[in-house]
Amino acid sequence: MGGRDKPGQDGWVMGVWLPQLECIEALKLACVRGGRAVFRDVSFRLSRGEALVVEGPNGSGKTSLLRLIAGLLGPAGGTIHVSAGGSPVAEPDERGKYIGWLGHQDGAKAQLTPRETLAFFARLYGGREGIAEALESVSLTRAADLPCQYLSAGQKKRLALARLMLCGRPLWLLDEPLAALDAQGKRVVAEMLRAHARAGGLAVIATHEPLDIDAARLSLA
Amino acid sequence: MSAFAALLARDLRLATRAGGGALLALAFFAAVAALVPFGIGSEPRLLARVGGGVLWIAAVLAVLLALDRLFQADYEDGSLDLLALSPLPLEAIAAAKMAAHWLTTGLPLSILSPVLALLFNLPPRGYLALVLSLLIGTPAVSAIGAVAAALTLSIRRGGLILPLLVLPLLAPVVIFGAGAVLAAIDGLANGAIWLLAAFSVASVVLAPFVTAAALRLNTSE
Repeated sequence: MGGRDKPGQDGWVMGVWLPQLECIEALKLACVRGGRAVFRDVSFRLSRGEALVVEGPNGSGKTSLLRLIAGLLGPAGGTIHVSAGGSPVAEPDERGKYIGWLGHQDGAKAQLTPRETLAFFARLYGGREGIAEALESVSLTRAADLPCQYLSAGQKKRLALARLMLCGRPLWLLDEPLAALDAQGKRVVAEMLRAHARAGGLAVIATHEPLDIDAARLSLA
Repeated sequence: MSAFAALLARDLRLATRAGGGALLALAFFAAVAALVPFGIGSEPRLLARVGGGVLWIAAVLAVLLALDRLFQADYEDGSLDLLALSPLPLEAIAAAKMAAHWLTTGLPLSILSPVLALLFNLPPRGYLALVLSLLIGTPAVSAIGAVAAALTLSIRRGGLILPLLVLPLLAPVVIFGAGAVLAAIDGLANGAIWLLAAFSVASVVLAPFVTAAALRLNTSE
């Protein structure tokens, strides 16, 4: 954490220091849901600063692949290797500590305001500061003290993006990050991903829409 | 510890804000207790005899009322994934949610119970035993209920199955709890309160581990 006070340096994104994660490698992953094979023989490798865009029709297993990587789902076959700080991370539970998750559900509680939601997740994920800045960067400052039940789908997505920034995890797994967002929101996502890559972060993004970033592509047939 | 406190504080806040289950459980407890004298008549000696048992049954049902949403709400809005990927182990997550549930149902209900005991003409000797047995016993209801809530997580309308799973397991709590009140009224020392305490301690200690295992099973499916 030696570089905490030096913005602009490698590892520093949006005011948050990322723990080191060198690479993630998936070999011949297979997934079975409800007794049906969703995909098999999926392999990829990502290093620091790289992003992977996962494409495929509805039901091709994009979300399942992200859940496999996060360790929220057990693979039916194949292996996932993650190496962090120079040594391999074996346990799926251990792998979770490097993952920044943005699912297609927003995890926003109707009764809590965006500010309260972010304060909760910041404390849960390790007491990081910069809630006001995170709200500002996704243009949610005006709605920051409104209960989430009054937010639109796009605003809830922005809240989830702010949470992703605050959590300071090096491997982002994004499931349809552009859904429900307007043009400005989509630019925010692309800018976040570029800043994340510059800081040495990794990202796997499942999306149907074009995303203006440098990324490898993986197609799930 | 900060992450544990954050989750506990969030759940307390959610339970006590509009739409939370805390006040509902308390109102249910009072309504059931107030209804019983109408059903069995106003014979003071009879009411004094059954008062402890009736309040105990009403308390168990009231605590169960909000339990099916314990993990379901977080499961449905995606928060459970975010909790699972946080630095907090699932066991601690389960413990925090159980604690929040007890603090918003079992605890206020124990404090309210002497007021309702007036309706039953409970002899003064029984009051301390009633409050004490509820304070000792209701954590076991929250703990065992949390296990069932985690087990029924992915079942639609799991809320209907939950009481069927839980009520048989809670028979010892009702037997020892109501037994302790009767023993105090009769001036006997039958050790029911100690057995209740033993049962409660065992439930509270073991439940977070069982709950975490059930959550893993349900979310990785």
